[in-house]
Amino acid sequence: MADVSEVRALSGKPVEGLTVEAIRAGEIGVSDLRIHPETLERQAVVAERHENPQLAENLRRAAELTQLPDDEVLAIYEALRPGRSTAGQLTALAGSLAERGLPRCAALVGEAAEVYARRGLTA
Amino acid sequence: MTAPEQPVGRVRFMNRQRVNLDGFAAEDPELGLTALRSPHDPTPSLVVTDGLVTELDGVPEAEFDSIDTYIARHGLDLSVADDAMAIPDVAFARLLVDPAVSRHEIIRLSAGATPAKLARVLALLRPPELGLAMTKLRARRTPSNQAHVTNRLDDPLLLAADAATAAAFGFREIETTVPVLADAPSNAVACLIGAAFGADGVLIQCSVEEAAELELGMRGLTSYAETVSLYGTEQVFTDGDDTPWSKAFLTSAYASRGMKMRVSSGAGAEVLMAGARGQSMLYLEARCVALARAIGAQGVQNGGIDGASVAAAVPSGLRELMAENVMVMMRNLESCSGNDALMSESDMRRTSRTLPIVLAGSDFAFSGFGSIQRYDNMFGPSNFNAEDIDDFLAMQRDWGIDGGLRTVDPARIGELRREAAQACRTVYAHLGLADFTDEHVDLAVDAAGSKDLGETDTLAVLSAAHAIRQRGLTVVDIVAALDECGYFDEAERTVAFARARLSGEYLQTSAIFDEQLHVLSLVTDPNDYAGPGTGYAPTPERQREIDAIRQARGVDDLRAVQALSQVSLLAVVGPARPGRDPRDVVIGVSPAVGRDVWRCLSGLAVTDVLREMLAGLEEEGCVGRVVRFNDTVDLGRVGLAAARLAGSGIGIGLQGKGTALIHRRDLAPLANLELYSVAPTVTPALYRLLGANAARHAKGATPDPARNPYSDEAIEARYHTTVIALMELERRRMDPAVPPEELSLEGLT
Repeated sequence: MADVSEVRALSGKPVEGLTVEAIRAGEIGVSDLRIHPETLERQAVVAERHENPQLAENLRRAAELTQLPDDEVLAIYEALRPGRSTAGQLTALAGSLAERGLPRCAALVGEAAEVYARRGLTA
Repeated sequence: MTAPEQPVGRVRFMNRQRVNLDGFAAEDPELGLTALRSPHDPTPSLVVTDGLVTELDGVPEAEFDSIDTYIARHGLDLSVADDAMAIPDVAFARLLVDPAVSRHEIIRLSAGATPAKLARVLALLRPPELGLAMTKLRARRTPSNQAHVTNRLDDPLLLAADAATAAAFGFREIETTVPVLADAPSNAVACLIGAAFGADGVLIQCSVEEAAELELGMRGLTSYAETVSLYGTEQVFTDGDDTPWSKAFLTSAYASRGMKMRVSSGAGAEVLMAGARGQSMLYLEARCVALARAIGAQGVQNGGIDGASVAAAVPSGLRELMAENVMVMMRNLESCSGNDALMSESDMRRTSRTLPIVLAGSDFAFSGFGSIQRYDNMFGPSNFNAEDIDDFLAMQRDWGIDGGLRTVDPARIGELRREAAQACRTVYAHLGLADFTDEHVDLAVDAAGSKDLGETDTLAVLSAAHAIRQRGLTVVDIVAALDECGYFDEAERTVAFARARLSGEYLQTSAIFDEQLHVLSLVTDPNDYAGPGTGYAPTPERQREIDAIRQARGVDDLRAVQALSQVSLLAVVGPARPGRDPRDVVIGVSPAVGRDVWRCLSGLAVTDVLREMLAGLEEEGCVGRVVRFNDTVDLGRVGLAAARLAGSGIGIGLQGKGTALIHRRDLAPLANLELYSVAPTVTPALYRLLGANAARHAKGATPDPARNPYSDEAIEARYHTTVIALMELERRRMDPAVPPEELSLEGLT
């Protein structure tokens, strides 16, 4: 089991800091409730050790997505739904994600661009 | 008189049984109405060229649809593919049930097996073999259960009370949903508050449209999601407005906000959308499960789900549903095993559908046991609902297995419901969301369902939900409100849970929290079943919890109940003497009568029974006496001893439980003249008739034998435990050294 003392929230605050007292003092924001990418990476390693590399890959994509705001995450999901984007738009999206340091998400979107074009799932 | 074309009465009677309300479909592979195998299912195949899959289950790469492509590129462990695909189907199937072959080995091989291969293998398992495979292959050692908590009105106070109740009953996940989509944030908050009263560490889900659901999770108001649907054909997948890539992304989106998530699939969905391509339910589901693994989901809710009754309509359909669950386990994923849609009007069929899974033990036996009444289940009635909770608790106890539920003391249920409903009201008022009345709280506490609430202000719920969304309230606001309203423990619990989630451990396969907020998962609580004597067994403490249903009664309970009926009659007047009068009939009673036993199984007072018998004797001109025999609990011996003491040579025997007979002094103990064997159904009139008939025997006249009243109820189930306790009270009063005692007739005649 992970040592809780190592765990930090997305804000960087240690998890032990998330207390009723801190909430009472108005010190807790949404980013103190959000999971940290290092935590997801740590869990990815655990998933790999337990014979699920796909779960590990998912957690690593998730680690990348922690840096995006909620609206943008939802917008990318929407763009990936069938008939929403042209192959070109998806390729551009993949490029932008790669540039911003989300290589795994970029690869997912890039692969979608290729397959959607072939299977008629593009706009 | 029946018309020639009408079936005979026996058939008409059968036609009227509830099972005949169910639809049964003729098997038709062209429509996908076939459970385990279709002529259109592909022959399993896997061709790997230069490390890439170039043929999957008979489809060459150039013809891969989007599902094939995703599975081929991401779903298979090609390093074991040759081994896995080379094992003959029967040999593979035997590995699943061989306790000497570890779960690990099955997981390793299955990772390299194609969807069609796993479908072929699982189609070979017979029902007990599926059960054994499930026991061995599920990821988490400790089985668990999930509840639906919803109501027709989205009433927050009732949701809070019902969430507290569900948590107290032991459900570790609570899934809510809405009849009115815009109410969703309010339902999430009400369940969050309520569950915090019932138990620590219960995961909450609000099942709505995907973007809305993700938003609730992002605010920490919910902690898992499971309605991320997958389908087995590209057409149906696209009709569902998603692709494997959009679902893979969504899966990561949930994880990025620290939320547990499983996907949802299951037989019948493709058939219902006329998109099954003539393939079997098991093969199409095999594609879903392979895809679930490929996109990195930690688990799958399947076993029919909304299409359960489609599978149930075809031959071997229930086998198919269970095979789907086992397939998920083979893919090393969490199984949330369906049983969440009422698949039959027949109680026997719906029990038959669910019981094998409960006995085998799954990560979640139900992906939604309706903890509320059927009519309040906004997912549609589950296969088991609030109507069935006591049945389920009894079934757990009957088989000595852990279905995840426990008995809750009735007084505790009342307290929890009041605390939860009151807290929900206080928090809603504190946050300026809505104001509810004292009367509304009282109604929600006592309600067995939303119909008991009467008219409520549903617009208030809508406006509360709107405010939660507009103001962007998060779990921090809820904790602050609980704290400011004086609910310190629940504020602390909710924060502790938010903290525990941040470690990410509950994103691993099959994760739940226990009530100490430890994560139980594939990682921390791996299933180690390897035959009898291994694997999960309830701890002695948990076993006691399972066994201690609130209806269980012991001898001391019965003694206390009997004492409530004690009256100051039947005093001992002295030793019993032989009678000389030919009209003398002795009523012999068993040792505890007039001491510990005062009320018969029929509910009649023993003294009333004696009064009727004495009156019956008197009507026919005889004189009755009551004598207690202390040397036997056997009714035949009591009756015979009474007859031998009577001047007429005729005796009546009466046990405290109400069984009675007429005896004659020259007969063997087990031979008797008349017997009322079904004590619970004997009426005062019948006891009077027994007295009259005893008198007729005494006079040599012709008796009018009574018929035992008929009942089609489960008389034995209802009374045997009481009989055992009553007989124990009799036995404890038995003393061969104490001679027969004549009892006072005062108050009886």
